[in-house]
Amino acid sequence: MTPVLELSNITKRFGALTANEDVSLQLGQGEILALLGENGAGKTTLMNILFGHYEADEGTVRVFGEDLPAGKPRAAIAAGVGMVHQHFTLAGNLTVLENVMLGSERLTRFGSDTSAARSKLMGISDRFGLPVKPDVKVSKLSVGERQRVEILKALYRDARVLILDEPTAVLARPEAERLFETLRGMTKDGLSLIFISHKLHEVMAASDRVAVLRGGKMVAERKTRDTSPAELAELMVGRKVERPKREAHSIGAPVLVGSGITVEQEGAFVLDDVSFTVHAGEILGIVGVSGNGQGALGALLSGLAHPTAGSLTLGNTDIGHFGPRDLIEAGVARVPEDRHSEGAVGEMSVWENAVLERLRSDAFSNLGFVRKQAAQEHARDLIGRFDVRGATPETRIRLLSGGNMQKLILGRSLSTGPKFLLANQPTRGLDEGAIAAVHQELLAARSEGAAILLISEELEEAVQLSDRIQAIVKGRLSQPVTADEADARRLGLMMAGVWDTEDAA
Amino acid sequence: MRLERRETVPLALVATAPLAAILCALLLAAGLIGAAGVNPLAAYGEMLRGAFGSRLSLTEMFTRATPLILTGLAAAVAFRARLWNIGGEGQFFMGALVTAWIGHSLGLPGPIGMAVLLVCGMAAGALLLAGPAYLRLHFGVDEVVTTLLLNFIVILFVGLMIEGPLRDPLAFGWPQSVPVDSAYRFADLVPRTRLHMGLLVALAAAGIVWLILTRTVFGVETRAAGLNAKAAAFAGISLPRTIMGVALLSGALAGLAGAVEVMGVTGGVTTTMSPGFGYAGIVVAMLAALHPAGVVVAAVFVATVFVGADAMSRATGVPSFIADVIVALSLLTMLVALLFTTYRVRR
Repeated sequence: MTPVLELSNITKRFGALTANEDVSLQLGQGEILALLGENGAGKTTLMNILFGHYEADEGTVRVFGEDLPAGKPRAAIAAGVGMVHQHFTLAGNLTVLENVMLGSERLTRFGSDTSAARSKLMGISDRFGLPVKPDVKVSKLSVGERQRVEILKALYRDARVLILDEPTAVLARPEAERLFETLRGMTKDGLSLIFISHKLHEVMAASDRVAVLRGGKMVAERKTRDTSPAELAELMVGRKVERPKREAHSIGAPVLVGSGITVEQEGAFVLDDVSFTVHAGEILGIVGVSGNGQGALGALLSGLAHPTAGSLTLGNTDIGHFGPRDLIEAGVARVPEDRHSEGAVGEMSVWENAVLERLRSDAFSNLGFVRKQAAQEHARDLIGRFDVRGATPETRIRLLSGGNMQKLILGRSLSTGPKFLLANQPTRGLDEGAIAAVHQELLAARSEGAAILLISEELEEAVQLSDRIQAIVKGRLSQPVTADEADARRLGLMMAGVWDTEDAA
Repeated sequence: MRLERRETVPLALVATAPLAAILCALLLAAGLIGAAGVNPLAAYGEMLRGAFGSRLSLTEMFTRATPLILTGLAAAVAFRARLWNIGGEGQFFMGALVTAWIGHSLGLPGPIGMAVLLVCGMAAGALLLAGPAYLRLHFGVDEVVTTLLLNFIVILFVGLMIEGPLRDPLAFGWPQSVPVDSAYRFADLVPRTRLHMGLLVALAAAGIVWLILTRTVFGVETRAAGLNAKAAAFAGISLPRTIMGVALLSGALAGLAGAVEVMGVTGGVTTTMSPGFGYAGIVVAMLAALHPAGVVVAAVFVATVFVGADAMSRATGVPSFIADVIVALSLLTMLVALLFTTYRVRR
């Protein structure tokens, strides 16, 4: 069988950095190939070369046996290659149909043939089982629906090879599973697919074959049924990685107690009568489908939102009305949900980010002047202690990888020896090696007696790290269950909002 | 062709961008000078001679640069925090008017009186910008609109005052305000020229602003708030306080420019005393990439164009309005240059 797609000996350099080195790859008819690798392994670069966004320094791309001219996305589209980007390229103020037609109409024609386009779109939609409403504005669609439009857009241009860049990065678990079912069905219709991922479980679940990239080189190819997550993890990282295990230990006195807290924003309850207690040396996991009040809970514990009813106490202090400064002063450390938009100022240096929260403390300023030496020393200390790679105090923090940025933010929070730590989605978007490092630090802080509240949408992570777990559903919190009681069924029910009836059942 | 964000911006690029921008602006303006029937090279030669050719022209150029340094600093400080203060012109006039008014009959000894006057001019400018900053913080009113429109209001107000209560009775009917007491005039920096000690005030201001921006908690917090407001709020930096602080500093600098101009050059206030110092300050700040040291250099460039254009006009007959064209063009080319320092072009 001839491959539908063949990349031979691709090399791509950006200045001193070699993003791809002598990479070869084949895709068979009707196959789903997973391209696996850590962040920065060169996956996206490779696919951008295939699609013509970048021009390779060496090597060729062949589609259906024909050489593809380098650096021309239009040629790739004409040859039947479609790409679904990680960040969608849709116009929110246009309808689904308009978005799909955009760019594939002829410029020289006056007006546009909407009815022909509509029937073609609906035909594709039926054939591949991708239901859409063609006249709805894209801005009204959910993330999952927008992705469907992206896929339809590629199919509308007669793509027979589809490339999906981190297709599940923005999807919740059930949506992701549905997507892969759809993709599987599409291969039966003769499509061939490559999807890029760094998540082992979805690679195992959805692919026929796996190609592993590491440091820009193709390190292994496996049939999915012949491999295991452990082997893939090792291939991807280049060494054995194991997430650290939580050791049982005795738990101390209550540190942070929330009782009957309600938070109202613009007249709506974003948190509704929630209660929780975090003890010294304990990790309390909050699980739930995204958008159920995690944001509000995070804001509450970061000092950015305040209870309209109920109380939040740290030790004997009521901290409900504290802003970020007072909270930090009182011994609260915070790891925000989004490290790029909230955790760090990208254009500022590592040292400035390291002390930003505590600039006004005597340690880092004197009479309104910044003690730069002390601050840089502190940053250097964090870099060493928390293994932040590729950073000096003067590096702009934007240039760090996600994992290293997160280690610095975590280090900044933990270096003060906090009584309580909020870890909001601490491993989102990180690769396996960085996840293990973050888990290690959280567990170390736990051993030292910090009380930790972990908000996570990754069930696996919550179960691995937490001593007790509560589910958040529509702004309400379930009763806690201990880690031993937290089997998949029980957590599933909790996350579906079924807990009041649990005792009765 | 598409734009790709640069991972790091080489220092050489940051330094050459304004030069390239100015060169492009001069090339574009050369077309206009050529259209006026004059050899552009000869015209630019006259311009340079007019600004640097003699002791007198050199001191004139620095006299012109003095308020530009201050209004440039005012714009740079505000823009760094994403407070778009377009009202430098109004703050300049307010500072000038208050200085002339108080300085006309202030019964304090020379040096103390001068210090008081400078502070008064700064306070006038600061208060004028505090209003738009308050409106933005509490009602979300766009400060571009409010500060810009305030310029016209202030200039009309100045007109009202110098035709009325502050009119100088000794000005032979010219609409001019009473002058500051001669005890409070800046001494000449170079004898028998108009260049005054105010230049040193402007240079000191640049140094102090640099110190504030890079070395103080306020400066670092301001920069954080300007670059990523959400992260700054998360770190516990009060955005309203930062914005208000920046507004007071920026307005004070523009007001100081007005005070210095009155105490150093004009004595009294007229509605024509500024050839657009406030607006040109925006160009100066942009050419300087919002850096205080760069502001000094950029102010010298803009002053060269303004002063040199007059000389060029006398020698070649090209209207001196060409100065405004060159300055405006260099703002546009600088904006393009900034695009190329942050992004690279890929095919």
